[in-house]
Amino acid sequence: MATVLLERIGLALITMIIIVVVVFFALELMPGDACSVNLGRGASDSMLAACQKRLGLDQPAVWRFAAWAGDFLTGDLGISMQRDRPIAEVVGWRLRNTLILAGLTAAIGIPLALGLGVLAGLNPDGPLDMTISGIAIFAMTVPEFISGTLMILLFSVILGWAAGVVTIGYKAPALDLLKASVLPAATLIFILAAHILRMVRASVIEVMQSDFVQMARLKGVPHRRIILHHVLPNALLPAISIIGLTMAWLLGGVVIVESVFNFPGLGRLAVDAVADQDLPLVQAIALLFGFIYVLTNLGADLLALTLNPRLRTRRK
Amino acid sequence: MNTVWLALPLPQILRDVLAQRSGRIGMAIVCLHLAVALAAPVITPQDSAYQDASAMLQSPSFSHWFGTDRLGRDVFSRTLLGGREAMLIATAATFIAMAWGSALGILVALIGGRTDAIVMRFIDAMMSIPWILLVMLFIAALGSSSAALVPVLGFSYGLSVVYLARAAALDFVARDFVLAAQARGHSRWSIAATELFPNVRDSLAVQGAMQWSWILLAVSSLSFLGMGVAPPTPDWGQMIADARGIMQRAPWALISPMLALSSLVIGMNLAVDAWARVTGVERTRRVPGA
Repeated sequence: MATVLLERIGLALITMIIIVVVVFFALELMPGDACSVNLGRGASDSMLAACQKRLGLDQPAVWRFAAWAGDFLTGDLGISMQRDRPIAEVVGWRLRNTLILAGLTAAIGIPLALGLGVLAGLNPDGPLDMTISGIAIFAMTVPEFISGTLMILLFSVILGWAAGVVTIGYKAPALDLLKASVLPAATLIFILAAHILRMVRASVIEVMQSDFVQMARLKGVPHRRIILHHVLPNALLPAISIIGLTMAWLLGGVVIVESVFNFPGLGRLAVDAVADQDLPLVQAIALLFGFIYVLTNLGADLLALTLNPRLRTRRK
Repeated sequence: MNTVWLALPLPQILRDVLAQRSGRIGMAIVCLHLAVALAAPVITPQDSAYQDASAMLQSPSFSHWFGTDRLGRDVFSRTLLGGREAMLIATAATFIAMAWGSALGILVALIGGRTDAIVMRFIDAMMSIPWILLVMLFIAALGSSSAALVPVLGFSYGLSVVYLARAAALDFVARDFVLAAQARGHSRWSIAATELFPNVRDSLAVQGAMQWSWILLAVSSLSFLGMGVAPPTPDWGQMIADARGIMQRAPWALISPMLALSSLVIGMNLAVDAWARVTGVERTRRVPGA
């Protein structure tokens, strides 16, 4: 158990180190640097040189990488080109806002998906399953910006239940943000739940056909007990790692959904940073998203390990 | 060496897909879209860029079938033209993604050992960054032109192809015919190309078709965010972003590009699902694992 744990944590660490390397050197390989991109073609040589000196871009790449990575580890994310402020300061509040949105999505979306997935899986191809699966396939196929726009059209324009676009600033109190998160979260839940429930459905169907469920049925175990004690634990365990993997989508989807709703989070900041040609800020956000993904997956992995003893032995 | 091994049994595939109802519906939608995209410059009733200040936000009528947008442009003409650029970018990017992804994946499966482990760790790390941020990282540096989007998307979407190609090739690397080729002293390149590739070709082709629709969605999403197809070229994602502010007054300007894009992706999914079913390949989803 301990070796498996250490192995997972070690792998996550290595992955994070590689992410840092990739994010730094991917831009090294590109023509231009933070200064030439930000200042544009009209920049004079002396302006460029001054900017490069200020950011230390005149130093060799390996040296800059060491300094950049070292700063990052100590929480110094560098200076935002456009805003001329420390990135940590620019990112901080918006990271909180994105976490509120993602947290709300996960808190409602995951239980909802598990429930619907089990319902669909217990009676495959029944009317309930057909409805749930049909909507899920639609949600999985149609792009996020269309689902989000449809949400605004339906709940804001037609029904008038909620404001379509978030108008509060990024420093608003958490409770206000939670209220503003309703429609963006609904959009994310719609798509996230679709992905998870399809997996749970398949998992439930598989377990229902397994030998031990057949056996329990032949022994005369009551249906309720079979579902609660035999099917659910075995069907839901694999879902944990799937939930970890869907985080990759959630984090990417957040970028688009935040832009659709004008939500003041990290994703929209990334879009703004690209428009402002603010390379250091884009780098920092890409890095943060990568780290969040690795850590959530590690968390899901460790949770799965604790709950499922069968995973603890090393397999080749 | 000839190139026969590259060719897919297209008539057979078509028959298999059309034998299923969902495949027929999907193929019909996709073919309609392709036909419209090809014929659009000839059949569009009006100049898609022409701004008629006297006809802004008009509701659908005989002169403007799908109404006009906030600049008085004909929405029907723009919808017909709106998929062309995205489809072109997606097609070029899919070829790049499939080419480098399958070459690296097959080679790595064949070589195995430490090389395999190191390469896959790098691929893994890059896939930990959500695709859109990886793409935005490159766009921030290169600017957002169609010419830049092709290699950027080709690279980003090739990462998952490496995984798929490697997994498919691993089923064959220990087979006798590969060992025999190794014993004959063939190079790795030639074993990968002549022994492994023909065996994984069909499953990679299905994945390629699927990747195409995901890349198309990526282009549209980027256009929506203002980083993809640039105006004046009409594009569905861009049209949706543009019409969002006026959805109360002119919902037609929003609904036609949404229907166009959604129907194309759904049609593609139906067709590829039917194809995957007959070849016994498990197709990839947009989200890993799901």
